[in-house]
Amino acid sequence: MTQADSRLRVRRQDDVTIVEFVDRNILDEANIQQISTEIGSLVESGEAEKLVISFSNVDHLSSAALGALITIHNKLKARGGVLKLTNIDPQIYEVFVITKLNKLFEIHETLDGATASFA
Amino acid sequence: MTQQDTSPGEPLETTRQVLDDPEHINKVETELLDDVKGSDFPEASVFAIRLAFEEAVLNGLRHGHKDLPGTPVTVSWSVTPDRLVLRVRDQGPGFDVHALPDPTAPDRLELPNGRGVMLIHSYMTRVSYNDRGNQVTMEYDRPAGDD
Repeated sequence: MTQADSRLRVRRQDDVTIVEFVDRNILDEANIQQISTEIGSLVESGEAEKLVISFSNVDHLSSAALGALITIHNKLKARGGVLKLTNIDPQIYEVFVITKLNKLFEIHETLDGATASFA
Repeated sequence: MTQQDTSPGEPLETTRQVLDDPEHINKVETELLDDVKGSDFPEASVFAIRLAFEEAVLNGLRHGHKDLPGTPVTVSWSVTPDRLVLRVRDQGPGFDVHALPDPTAPDRLELPNGRGVMLIHSYMTRVSYNDRGNQVTMEYDRPAGDD
């Protein structure tokens, strides 16, 4: 589903598309643009109306990464799709709370919880 | 590139010029965080300092230097057992931090930009700016009870 040098692991579980990051520093500034483009392509192709992004490998993110997530959220919303986030480390979750983005994004503790919530 | 303060009892200060290049930014960030970890700051502090460094450097490069492409920002820091002082200076015209809109306002929540300064202020103990607004000084105190 993704190109050879992709930083993402993408899989389908029923009609839900699950995106995971390949390595820990994946949301540093250098990689954000590529990740944003890859996920954006998934959304624009219509392959990911129900999208879950798992942060299980992520221990750091910046406002640029938050911006990329918001852009993905907005694109998906415009197409009638839904984005959910999961497996967010407590320190990262605090960033979402400080910026009040925990009110914008639907965040689940576990992947199973996120996928089940589409039912 | 390293400048050493010769006043007795004053902490050593490291100064670096940071280009708008991911590898170079990472290199300087790693050096800063190695100094912080070398002073046994806890992991949560490393997280906070890394975030503030990235936000301040990218603000300087992308906003301060938007009309000065290729110009590095100047980053300097000193680490003591109690505190990190981190300074980022750009060559741009400066900005008024008080004029920034609140990114947590409901009508701004879906905008992708505008959160960097807020995150710096949230994670650092003290933040101050020079009069022109092109230099930010961030101080981070070691958390109480962390010995």
